[in-house]
Amino acid sequence: MARKLPRKDVVVIGLGWTGSIIANELCDEGLDVVALERGPWRDTATDFNIGYAPDELRYNVRQELMLRPAQETVTARNNADQTALPMRHFGSFHPGNGVGGAGVHWAGITWRFSPADFRLRSHYTERYGAQSIPEDMTIQDWGLTYEDMEPYYDRFEYLAGVSGKAGNLNGQMQEGGNPFEGARQREYPNPPMMQTYGPTLFAETAAKMGYKPFPIPSSLLSRTYTNPLGVTMGQCTFCGFCTNYGCANYSKASAQTTVLPVLMRKSNFELRTLCEVLKVNLDSSGKKATGVTYIDTSGNEYEQPADLVILCAFMLDNVRLMLLSGIGTPYDHRAGTGTLGRNFCYQMANQVVGFFDPAKYNFNNFIGGGATGMAIDEFNNDNFDHGPLGFLGGGSTRCAPIGAEPISRRPTPPGSPTWGSGWKKAVRDSYLSNLSVGCEASSYANRGNFLDLDPTYTDRLGRPLMRITFDFPENDLKMSDYVTRKVAEIVRAMGAQQIDENPRTGHWSVVPYQSTHVVGGTAMGMDPSTSVVNPYLQSWDVPNVFTVGANVFPQNSGYNPTGTVGALAFRAADAIRSRYLKSPGPLVHA
Amino acid sequence: MTRNRLAIAAAAALLVSAAVPAILAVPARADDQDFGLIERGRYVATAADCVACHSVPGGKPYAGGTALQTPFGTLVAPNITPDRETGIGNWTEEDLRSTLREGIGRGGKRLYPAMPYPAYTRMTDDDIHALWSYLRTLPPVSNAVEANQLPFPFNIRLLMAGWNLLNFEPSSFKPDPQKSGEWNRGAYLVQALGHCGTCHTPKSALGADDNDRALQGANLQAWYAPSITADKRQGIGNWSVDQLTAYLKTGANHQSLASGPMAEEIQNSSSKMTDADLKAIATYLLDQTPSAGKAPGPLAADDARMRTGGAVYTDTCMACHGGDGKGQTFLFPTLAGSGLVQADDPATLIRLVLDGSRAVATDDRPTGPAMPPLGWRLTDADVAAVVTYIRNSWSNAAPPVSAGDVAKVRKTLAQAN
Amino acid sequence: MTPSERLKTGRPSVFHTSRRRFLATTAMGLVALSASGARARVLFGTGLPWDSGAIEPPRQVLPGPWIFFTAREAELVEAIAERLIPADDLSISGKDAGCAVFIDRQLSGHYGSSERLYMKGPFQPGLPTQGDQSGLTPAVRYRQGLKALDAHCRQTMGGKSFTDLSPEQKDQLLTAMEKDEVKFDGPVSAVSFFGQILQNTMEGFFADPVYGGNRDMVSWKMIGFPGTRYDYRDHVLKHNQNYTLPPVSIGGRSDWARKG
Repeated sequence: MARKLPRKDVVVIGLGWTGSIIANELCDEGLDVVALERGPWRDTATDFNIGYAPDELRYNVRQELMLRPAQETVTARNNADQTALPMRHFGSFHPGNGVGGAGVHWAGITWRFSPADFRLRSHYTERYGAQSIPEDMTIQDWGLTYEDMEPYYDRFEYLAGVSGKAGNLNGQMQEGGNPFEGARQREYPNPPMMQTYGPTLFAETAAKMGYKPFPIPSSLLSRTYTNPLGVTMGQCTFCGFCTNYGCANYSKASAQTTVLPVLMRKSNFELRTLCEVLKVNLDSSGKKATGVTYIDTSGNEYEQPADLVILCAFMLDNVRLMLLSGIGTPYDHRAGTGTLGRNFCYQMANQVVGFFDPAKYNFNNFIGGGATGMAIDEFNNDNFDHGPLGFLGGGSTRCAPIGAEPISRRPTPPGSPTWGSGWKKAVRDSYLSNLSVGCEASSYANRGNFLDLDPTYTDRLGRPLMRITFDFPENDLKMSDYVTRKVAEIVRAMGAQQIDENPRTGHWSVVPYQSTHVVGGTAMGMDPSTSVVNPYLQSWDVPNVFTVGANVFPQNSGYNPTGTVGALAFRAADAIRSRYLKSPGPLVHA
Repeated sequence: MTRNRLAIAAAAALLVSAAVPAILAVPARADDQDFGLIERGRYVATAADCVACHSVPGGKPYAGGTALQTPFGTLVAPNITPDRETGIGNWTEEDLRSTLREGIGRGGKRLYPAMPYPAYTRMTDDDIHALWSYLRTLPPVSNAVEANQLPFPFNIRLLMAGWNLLNFEPSSFKPDPQKSGEWNRGAYLVQALGHCGTCHTPKSALGADDNDRALQGANLQAWYAPSITADKRQGIGNWSVDQLTAYLKTGANHQSLASGPMAEEIQNSSSKMTDADLKAIATYLLDQTPSAGKAPGPLAADDARMRTGGAVYTDTCMACHGGDGKGQTFLFPTLAGSGLVQADDPATLIRLVLDGSRAVATDDRPTGPAMPPLGWRLTDADVAAVVTYIRNSWSNAAPPVSAGDVAKVRKTLAQAN
Repeated sequence: MTPSERLKTGRPSVFHTSRRRFLATTAMGLVALSASGARARVLFGTGLPWDSGAIEPPRQVLPGPWIFFTAREAELVEAIAERLIPADDLSISGKDAGCAVFIDRQLSGHYGSSERLYMKGPFQPGLPTQGDQSGLTPAVRYRQGLKALDAHCRQTMGGKSFTDLSPEQKDQLLTAMEKDEVKFDGPVSAVSFFGQILQNTMEGFFADPVYGGNRDMVSWKMIGFPGTRYDYRDHVLKHNQNYTLPPVSIGGRSDWARKG
C-alpha cells in the first residue's frame, strides 16, 4: 500500500538535461517542484574525480555510469514475426542513469535540426512529389517550424556554452560556418574549439573537393564561460574521455555543470534520488493525472500527488511509463491504429577508417573530445538532390577525434591478425596513424518499427519490459551506402593507404554499439491521429502530463539529438509558464 | 526623531527590565513595531554571523547546538531564541550587553572566549540595542543545549575570571581620527562585528589573540586561515579594494574561491552585507601592513622535490589549475601569486589536496565548484612534493613541505571524519 | 614502493569514510525519507551537497594468490595469454603483463557473476542480432571452457595438456578455435570461449594497471597512449608531432615520489 505524501505542484520524473531545465524554469515560476530520480546523486569532484575519471575499463567497457540491465532493460526483435528477447547487456545503445542522466556521458555535439526537418513530409512532397515517399515510410511534420524553435535553441546553446561558428546569422551567410543551417539570431556563445591534425587535414581536403567544412558545434567549451544562470564552466583540455565518461574539469556541459548549482539552491525544489516511478496515476475519468506512484530502495511505495506530471526520463522510459500508465492509445502496426509507440527511430551510424603511412602521419588520436572536430553538411538531410538517388535523408559527415582509449579504439587495417606478434605490430603501426570519419545519419520512420510492452519479460519489479521492434528500412540502408561512399572518397583523398568502409548494412543488431540516439514513440504533431503529444509536448489525452525527450521526435534527422531535446525542454517550459498555468487544459485543441 | 524614539525605547526597555523582579517575570521588550530598528538588528546579527555558531545545519536558526572544537574541549553554542526555558527568553538587554561586552552572561555566568566577546566588546551600544530588538522577534524554539562540555578543570567557569584577567579587558571601539569614515567603519566591522581575528589572528597558548600579529593568519580546526593583511606574499596585498569586496560579496574573485570555514562566513554573513560595508572592510584590511618577514628564496627548479612535485602537478593538477598556475576565473583558483599558497603554514593546502573541498556558492556566483579529494591517489611524499612545487613555482616562494607535515594533516582529517 | 602499490599504501583513512557520513554531517538539509530507514535521499533548497568520502576510487590489484582460478586454470589462462600476446621486441607477454591476474580478479567481481546484467528467464535461443542469450556468466564460461580445452587437448594431442604443447601447436589450436573448427564438450563452444578469453586478455593488457594487467603501462608505452593524462591543450596545434610525455596510470608513474 503506497503511503500518500503531501501534494506538490509539479512532479518531474528524471533529473537529466530536460528534467533539470524544466524544474528550474518552473521553480522560477514559483511552483513547488519535486524531482524523482531513479539513479544516484552524481557530482563532478567526487563521482568524476580527476584521479579515476579517465578509466576506460570501468566507464567505457563495464559501463559504470549507465543503467544496469539488472534494473531495467528492453527486449528486441527485427520484426513482428520474431520473438523479442532481452538485451541482457547494453550494446547497441547506452541509456544513462542517475542525476544528469545520459547528459553526463554524452559526447557534447550540439546541433540544431534543419528547417526542412520540422516539416519533413511537406518538404519532400513539395520538392519531389508525394510518390517520392515510400508507402511504408511514416515520416511526418513536427507541428512547428524552425522559426518557432530558434529562440529555444538559442537558450539551450547559451545555457550549455556551445562553442562553434555561425553559418547563417539572421539570413547573412557567414564564412567558416555551416552554410546549410537555419538562420540564427546571434553567434554561438563561445568560439570554435581548436582543431587537432586529423580534422584539420579532413577540412583542408574537403575544401579542396569543393565542400564547405566548419567546426562541429561543441558543448565541450573552448574557453571559460559563465552562462545566463551565472554558472561558470571550464575550458576543455582535450583529454579524450567524454563519451561514456563524466567530465572531471567542468568543461563539458551537463545538468551538473549548467543548471544544478542554481536549481539545488532553490527552496521550492526538492530532489529524491534512488526513487523509481512505477506509474503516473490517473483519476477515474482517465483524462487527468493525479500524481505518480514510486518506490524507494527499501521497497516502500509512495504516492506523490501533483497537479502537473512531467516525464523527463530517458526516452525509452518516457514511452514505457505512458504505456504502463495508460496514457494514450497504443499503436497497432497491423491495423495502423493508435499512436503510442509508433514512429520509433534510431540513427544510422556510418564510419570510414583510413589507415595512413605511420612513417608520415601521427594524428595523436588520444588528443580529442566527443565534440571536437570538423564537419561538412553536403550529404545531410535534403542538402543534395535526392531525385535520382532512390532514397531520402542523409547525415552529417565529420572527423571527430573522440579519444583513443586502447581497449576499444585501436583499429587495424582489414586483414590484420587479431592476436599474436603480427597483430601487435599492426596495432603499434596503426594506433596513431589511423583516422576515422563518420557520418551520423537520419533514421526515417517505418510502419513496422515501433515500441510496445513485452508480453514475457519483466523488470525486477515485475513490470513488463519495453519491446523494441525495429529494423533498418531499405531507404535508410541505401542512404547509408551512398553517404559512406562519399565519405570514403574524402578519406582516400586525404592520403589514406588503406580504407575500411563501414556503412550500416543488414539487420539491426543489439550487439555492437552504434548510437544512443534512439528516438520516437510519442511523436509530437498537430494531428492527434498521428501524434501522442502536441507541439508543446503536452499529452493529447491527459493534458496535465507533458513529456520531454527524444521520444517526441517523429523521426530522426542526420544530426545528434541533444540540441533539439534541450530546445524542446525550454519551449515546453515556456508554454507551461506563459500559457498553461494561466489556464490549465489543452494548449492545442485538436 | 528616530534617534529619540530609539533612546526612549531603550530607556523603556531598561526600565522594564530593572523592574522585572518586582513586577512580573515579563522579559524586557523592545519596541517590536520599530521595523527599522529590528532590520538593523538583523543586519548586526548577519554581520556578526551569530547564526553560524548558534544553529545546527538544517535546524532552526539561532536555536543553538553547533559543537565548537576548541583546544580545551567541546563547547556548544547555546539557544539564543526567546524561549523562556531553554533560550534567552528571560534575559534582559543588560544581560546581552554584559555578555557581549564583558563575557559575563545572565546571572554572572562567565563565558568561554569561543564566544568572541574579545571582539564584541567593541560593539556600540546602538548595535547591541538593535541586535537585542531583533533577537526578541525570533520565534521561541524549545531546544535545551548543554553548552559546556569541557573536561575538568576547564569546565569550571570561574576559571574564566582568571583567563579574562590575563587576556581580556572590556573596551570599546576607538575610531582613528586620522583615517576616513570608511576606514573606521571597516575597522569597526573587522574588529568588532566581523570578529575576523577570531580565525585570522594567531592565538597564544591560552587561546587569546596575539594582537601584535593581528590578522596575519592562524590555524584552527585543521584549516589555516591565511593572512588578510596587505602583505604581498602571504596576504592579500595584491588584491584591490574592489577585488576583495567581490570576494566577500560573492565568494569568488579574479584569483580565489572561498571554501572551508570562510565559505560558511560568506554564505551566512558577508554575502548579505551592504557593498558599502564590504568596501569599508576592504579599505581597512588593505591598509594593514605588517612588517613583512624575510621572504624565503624559491627552491631551485632542479631540486628533487620540485622535480617530483612538477611531475605530480602536470599529471594531476594541470587540467584545472593550468601549466602556468593561473587556473580559470570563478572556477579553479589561481595558484601563482596566491597568499594562501605561500603562507608559512601549509595546512589548508595540504588538506585541500587530500580531502578536497566545495567552494562557496552565492546568488552572484552560484557555481560552487569543488576540489576533488586526491588523498587516495597521492602518497604523503607526493602531496608534500606537489605542495612544495606550487609554493615555489611561477615566482611563488615558500618553505618546502615534508611528508611528515602531510601525515599530520592526514591524521587530523581521519579523526575529524 | 612501485607506483602500482601506491594506491594501496597511499590510501589512508582520509577516504575510508563511508557515504553514510553524508547523512550524519551534511549541512544540506538531507533527511532519511521515512522512519523505516529508506536509503533514498532527499535534497532540497540548500545547494549542492558535499562529502569528500563519497569518492569511490578503484582498489589496486596486487599479484598474489588466485581468487577465482584454481592453480591449474590459472596455468592454462597464462599459457593462452602468452600466445595471444607473445613476448617479442615490442613488449613482454600477456602473461608477464599480468593478464591472467586481471582476468582472475574480474571474474571474482561483478563482471564474473553478471550481477549487473539482465539475467531473468526464460532463456531461449535467439538470432545473432539479439545478442548472447545463453545465461552463462563469464565465471561459468571460464570454468567450463578451460575444462573443455584441457579435455580436448588430452583427447586429440596424444594425452598432452595445452601447457605441454609447443608454441606452434598452441597457436594452431587457438587458430582452429577462433575459426570455429574445434568442438568442445560442454555448454561453452570453442569459438565463443576463444572470443571470451581474447576479449578479456586484451582488456587486461590495455586497461589501467590498477586492475592487475598492463604491468608498468607496457601496452600504453608500446602504442603511444599517454594514459590518464587529462590536459593536451599544449599539444593540440602541434600537428603531426610526436607527444613526448610518458604515460600516467591511476596509480601514478615512476617520476612521482617513491616513499609515502
